[in-house]
Amino acid sequence: MAKKVPVDDKLGYNRFNTDESYAHIEINEDFKDEAEIRKVVLACPAELYKYENGELTFNHEGCLECGTCRVVSGGKVVKTWNHPYGGAGVTYMQG
Amino acid sequence: MSEEKFDAIVDLLAQAEMEVLLIERGDFCGAKNVTGGRLYAHTLEKVIPGFAEEAPVERKVTKERIALMTEKGAVNIEYASGREDDAKSASYTVLRGKFDKWFGDKAEEAGVMMVPGIRVDSCIVEDGKVVGIDAGGEAMYADVVVLADGVNSLLAQQLGLKKELDPSQVAVGCKEVIQLGEDVINQRFNLKSGEGVAMLVAGDPTVGNIGGGLIYTNKDSVSVGIVTTCSDIGRVDVSVPDMLERFKNHPAVEPLIEGGIPLEYSAHLVPEGGFDMIPQLYTDNVLVVGDAAAFVVNLGYTVRGMDYAIESGRLAAETIIRARDLGGDYSAANMSYYQTLLEDSCIFRDMKQYRNFPKLLERHEIFNDVPQIADVLFDKLFRVDGEKPVSLPMFAIDEIAKRTSAQKLLELVMVALDAL
Repeated sequence: MAKKVPVDDKLGYNRFNTDESYAHIEINEDFKDEAEIRKVVLACPAELYKYENGELTFNHEGCLECGTCRVVSGGKVVKTWNHPYGGAGVTYMQG
Repeated sequence: MSEEKFDAIVDLLAQAEMEVLLIERGDFCGAKNVTGGRLYAHTLEKVIPGFAEEAPVERKVTKERIALMTEKGAVNIEYASGREDDAKSASYTVLRGKFDKWFGDKAEEAGVMMVPGIRVDSCIVEDGKVVGIDAGGEAMYADVVVLADGVNSLLAQQLGLKKELDPSQVAVGCKEVIQLGEDVINQRFNLKSGEGVAMLVAGDPTVGNIGGGLIYTNKDSVSVGIVTTCSDIGRVDVSVPDMLERFKNHPAVEPLIEGGIPLEYSAHLVPEGGFDMIPQLYTDNVLVVGDAAAFVVNLGYTVRGMDYAIESGRLAAETIIRARDLGGDYSAANMSYYQTLLEDSCIFRDMKQYRNFPKLLERHEIFNDVPQIADVLFDKLFRVDGEKPVSLPMFAIDEIAKRTSAQKLLELVMVALDAL
């Protein structure tokens, strides 16, 4: 693709009030089914799921709160999913 | 009366002099909401007649554009009736961050007490009945709780009204709002100020996945997005955010947004399962409205949800006011009136009529073969290269035969007839 904008840059457009003390999504790091992991990695619009060298990592900072990872993983990769606390997370000024 | 998030309901309840608490997870109404987006006006017209004169709508949609895209090609169909739509048949492009804020302010003016920045953790259940909500250990009690907590309605799930979403029933949309300036938009989309275009695209943007691309012109920005059904994720080796980049870089899209300043990147789930996805809508002291109730109809060429959300809020209000007038019994017996009202409403009427539409839009042919066939046909139609012309009908039959069997084609036609 000629002009692919990195997702990290796009998250920079947004207004976030990140709650560093509370991860509203928790993943099951022991889950090793690569086919299932691939789906979640491809699904996240914010590219917060990274799979490198057999290790899945996730960071809730930058989450767009869509819920796609929860639905796609069907309880396998994503262990718990909740909304961030009130006022925390992304604030859509456009929406 | 307690409620999660904004809805049309609050205006009406406040007008009926009921005490209404509106609990919003974000810092303000709309802070957590995303639309494609286009609002069909007919239902809000019933609540606030002439709303578009004061509401922060972006543009009135005067042009419909649908497109079939291959990797480089695009077949566009544009339609403009030229008629002046009346208030009821009008539709507007909107941005929820702005629009919902206005709507929330209207509710507050009508006497609603706003409680923003609060996450509701659960409903408080006593003796098998919901009596209020719990937010971080703080309890708020109410006669009725209206769940307007969106497509990811964890509250409706906790109460057993709704099952966890199935990947085949929901689609993920991601979108950028790109600022271009009013004049540039008018020129690039051939519009006058205040007029807008709604564009839906099938084919290449989702690499043949069920879903498509969208472009809506706002006042001085454009919304550019893609939507793909969750069960199709992983079908091709292209990620959801890369699909949006693919769409933005398509030769038919790139010139429209070139030089724009990106303002926001958002994502949201869309309930697309239709009538068969609707959960249990009421129980003792509880009603479910909007996306939480899966009130969305996606026909490919039109996508509706916000108009149904508003209507369901209005019908919920009517149900609650009636229950109060009947002596303040908000048990399931009286809440069932909501279901009765829905049965007679445009929501159920439309959703029943298009009950089989999701089955049609599950067919990958529509997103793969149809755009490709359209592309080669139009190429043959317009190409002049000094070679002997082909017979177009024969060429068309050949191209279709190459990609599908007569039986499959017949199947598709049957599914389409069923859906329509």
